[in-house]
Amino acid sequence: MTGDPADTTTATEAAHDSTGPTAARDGSAAQPGGPDAVACAGLVYAFGGTNAVDGLDLTVRPGEVFGLLGPNGAGKTTAIRCVTTLLPVPAGMVRVFGRDPADDRMAVRRLLGYVPQQLSADAALTGRENVTLFARVFDVPRRERAARVAQALAAVDLTEAADRLAKTYSGGMVRRLELAQALVSAPRLLILDEPTIGLDPIARTGVWEHINAVRTATGMTVLVTTHYMDEADQYCDRVGLMHRGRVRALGTPAELRHGLGERRRAEGGPADGAPPTLEDVFRDVAGSGLDDSSGDFRDVRSTRRTAQRVG
Amino acid sequence: MSEAPVAPPSVSADPAAADGIGLLVRPPRPRAGWRLLPARVGAMCVVELQKLRHDRTELYTRAVQPALWLLIFGQTFTRIRAIPTGGTPYIDFMAPGIIAQSAMFIAIFYGIQIIWERDAGVLNKLLVTPTPRSALVTGKAFAAGVKSLIQAVVVVVIAALLGVALTWNPLRLLGVAAAVILGSAFFSCLSMTIAGIVLSRDRLMGIGQAITMPLFFGSNALYPVAVMPGWLQAVSKANPLSYQVDALRGLLLGTPAHLGADFAVLVLAAAAGITAASALLGRLAR
Repeated sequence: MTGDPADTTTATEAAHDSTGPTAARDGSAAQPGGPDAVACAGLVYAFGGTNAVDGLDLTVRPGEVFGLLGPNGAGKTTAIRCVTTLLPVPAGMVRVFGRDPADDRMAVRRLLGYVPQQLSADAALTGRENVTLFARVFDVPRRERAARVAQALAAVDLTEAADRLAKTYSGGMVRRLELAQALVSAPRLLILDEPTIGLDPIARTGVWEHINAVRTATGMTVLVTTHYMDEADQYCDRVGLMHRGRVRALGTPAELRHGLGERRRAEGGPADGAPPTLEDVFRDVAGSGLDDSSGDFRDVRSTRRTAQRVG
Repeated sequence: MSEAPVAPPSVSADPAAADGIGLLVRPPRPRAGWRLLPARVGAMCVVELQKLRHDRTELYTRAVQPALWLLIFGQTFTRIRAIPTGGTPYIDFMAPGIIAQSAMFIAIFYGIQIIWERDAGVLNKLLVTPTPRSALVTGKAFAAGVKSLIQAVVVVVIAALLGVALTWNPLRLLGVAAAVILGSAFFSCLSMTIAGIVLSRDRLMGIGQAITMPLFFGSNALYPVAVMPGWLQAVSKANPLSYQVDALRGLLLGTPAHLGADFAVLVLAAAAGITAASALLGRLAR
């Protein structure tokens, strides 16, 4: 229906067969309520010669907060962009609530709320105008637009600041504004790419508290990427540790920590050592060579820029 | 920075609605296919107007150049009578050309805004909404048109103050608005297409600078086609700006014009621009 060149992606047909047995590994035993919020199998995406995503298998269950963790350059953002229809799916399978982003992109987009890594609110508009734009492009009818926008702003505590220009907002407020922009269309899946990058600890907690409150109230599924292991440990129901384009470990944060602890004990490690943190799990999974593969120049530059703008 | 705590009166909803999040669990119903495009175009134009309302600096600074063209170039050449305009005073002859030029200058740098939006993540976020790329580009093109139109109003007022005998017939002014919007839609799409090719603000800036003056001088904005050398006449014939100027001159001054052909070329050019820019928008999303 659109002029999108990516609509012509044909590789997906063939890729359905390459799903492989690993797809069901982590229990894509979908809830009786319906299909998984996100299902990826054998997803590959290459930039130039390097595979940014290299055979990703991933399942996000309806209603959970799923954290996709990994260093810069692990392929998190690329994977997210395949799920959000921003990138075509050259090889492998991606489904969002059972729909294929390649054939049914408009339907998939209507299910999504997306907050990219950069500070993406328009600084030259007020908070209310920023949210109203997204109400318009998601076809919220005029008669309920103002009320819906007001509810979205209230849900992130920006009612007071709603009529100020976004350029006067603090970093944490901009993040909350972006959350309101994503919420105004009542998405079933909220995708947040590094929502707390560059924020101070208090603002980080604030952003997470709002994510949690909204999730509790609406029952939406949340897929979040972060490289702050402590946040993932505290706020995610399940996490996938991603390294070099693939999920290398998957489970609840507690499962992963205990798993490593057990294994260390079995291997005769220091019994009195502190219990492993999620970061230890990550180091264990990724092994050596973590430093030299973590993100190319462009990744680091864009991350820094975001951090700078959040100030 | 403009201090703008201007509370839009329409949206200060009843306070009861702000309690709870009842509406936020109900997804809005999708609009029917044919109503999608006008809705998206409307949304983009509203954003452009809101930005202009918060910060009018650009409107004023961009009025300086056309004012100088009319005041200095126009007044001087009116006295010299060097350019055969068929009886019209030279300043009257050039006023529509300057309106078209100032609208084009705004539109041709619109691609810079797209690259900025790409770098800021705004573009990616809009591309994850139920907005086909062609609708997004059309929306942006008409938003550039609205911005140019407001600029054109400023130039028309300056011209009127300088004594240019313009029409005030509302139907003709409506035609003027249409010509300005269509021309700007084309030039903003040209700019967005180049943005999709070069992908960087600096390069786009350089190319924009390099093509604006040739487009301006290679048109009938300052002199009639008849006095041009043959090769320049050919350039002018291929230049959408010439058709825009011809239409504006015909409508504003009542000089003989080929309105049918002018509007046909402008509509086709805008459609071709939207197609090209939509096809290349994906490159900016990567």
